[in-house]
Amino acid sequence: MSSQTYTLPPLPYAYDALEPVISKEIMELHHQRHHQTYINNLNAAFSAQVSATALNNVLTLVSLQQKIRFHGGGHINHSLFWKNLTPPNTTANDISAAPTLREAIITRWGSHEAFVKAFNNELLGLQGSGWGWLVSKGGVKGRLEIVITKDQDPVNEPDVPVFGVDMWEHAYYLQYLNNKAGYVEGIWKILNWVEAEKRYTAGAESLLKL
Amino acid sequence: MAALLNNSARVALRSGASATSKAGAAGLTFARGKATLPDLSYDYGALEPSISGKIMELHHKNHHNTYVTSYNNAMEQLQEAQAKGNIAAQIALKPAINFHGGGHLNHSLFWENLAPKSAGGGEPPSGALSKAIDTTYGGFGEFQSKMNAALAGIQGSGWAWLVKDKQTGQIGIRTYANQDPVVGQFEPLLGIDAWEHAYYLQYQNRKVEYFSAIWDVINWKTVEKRFA
Repeated sequence: MSSQTYTLPPLPYAYDALEPVISKEIMELHHQRHHQTYINNLNAAFSAQVSATALNNVLTLVSLQQKIRFHGGGHINHSLFWKNLTPPNTTANDISAAPTLREAIITRWGSHEAFVKAFNNELLGLQGSGWGWLVSKGGVKGRLEIVITKDQDPVNEPDVPVFGVDMWEHAYYLQYLNNKAGYVEGIWKILNWVEAEKRYTAGAESLLKL
Repeated sequence: MAALLNNSARVALRSGASATSKAGAAGLTFARGKATLPDLSYDYGALEPSISGKIMELHHKNHHNTYVTSYNNAMEQLQEAQAKGNIAAQIALKPAINFHGGGHLNHSLFWENLAPKSAGGGEPPSGALSKAIDTTYGGFGEFQSKMNAALAGIQGSGWAWLVKDKQTGQIGIRTYANQDPVVGQFEPLLGIDAWEHAYYLQYQNRKVEYFSAIWDVINWKTVEKRFA
């Protein structure tokens, strides 16, 4: 018996397509190296799990859980991230591309601007490595919440990750150095509201079956 | 232990500002009760090729300085909350003090346990510390491998430390998340920063190369003093 092996999903755009917000160099390293490493380590952990299951080795099985959480989370989070970004100055960048979600955001935060401000504050308050998410609680069209997950912790079911922003330093450092706020501000120019609307109304489930 | 408070720190103490813990807080400086960014005892470019001058400059002038500023802000808010007897506000400030105060402590210790090769960086430990490393790990090389494995195993941002257990006097390797400082049962001897900002401009995702190169600029004389 062997375990399923995961492969790196291709980006839905070219490496330089998010410029000037995110440089080609960052995108190449982030996708080809960082994301790939999570996948390699996830595959190794699953393979070790198969051997440990065959040997009934409970200690090893338990100790593998943290590796699966970290590297599996890294694979899920990055896969979601690539798809909720889009080249700047496209129709998908405009929140009007997400009518249902827009209404829910305004109901929850009062205005689009107030939501952006609250989201930015959460992102900039993150201590260490992690992600900022807009989450639909309990399933599609649920109550909206801004959620921070640490390291590579994913958003857990049944909550739906509407969109995520990678706040690891590797996501911005080559271009923004310690200017986290500059990166956070730029993210809104490449956010894919079409994808966000789809996840909010129909879920991210198919995306999570990687 | 080189945790002597300097003159300005004594002034700070007299003026009623909070004292820093003596634990491993080598060379922390204060001015008018505020923590200040300590000077490096070597040039930004002096640790090349292990750590580039650009990394050192950003790491010291920008990252470390932000921890200092944010720590001072948090302490100011704490003093206001104390003055008002606001317990909830004091408790709410704990994570900020831990994170920014930890960042200040950790980086201050880190700069001092590094040295250019020309100033003895990379020369292996001697004396009692060397014996403790041999007894605990079976040799200096074995210790380095274990420390490198601990560093590589950090999931997210954090630090790996060689520490001394205050209860037993024994040494050990411990990793800490984010800017959690080495306090309590353990004393910090040698810290290595595993945050991406510590190496990314030079090593990108090849962090193992950074962990391997940093041994050339470890100041074991400082570590020995902390151990003594």
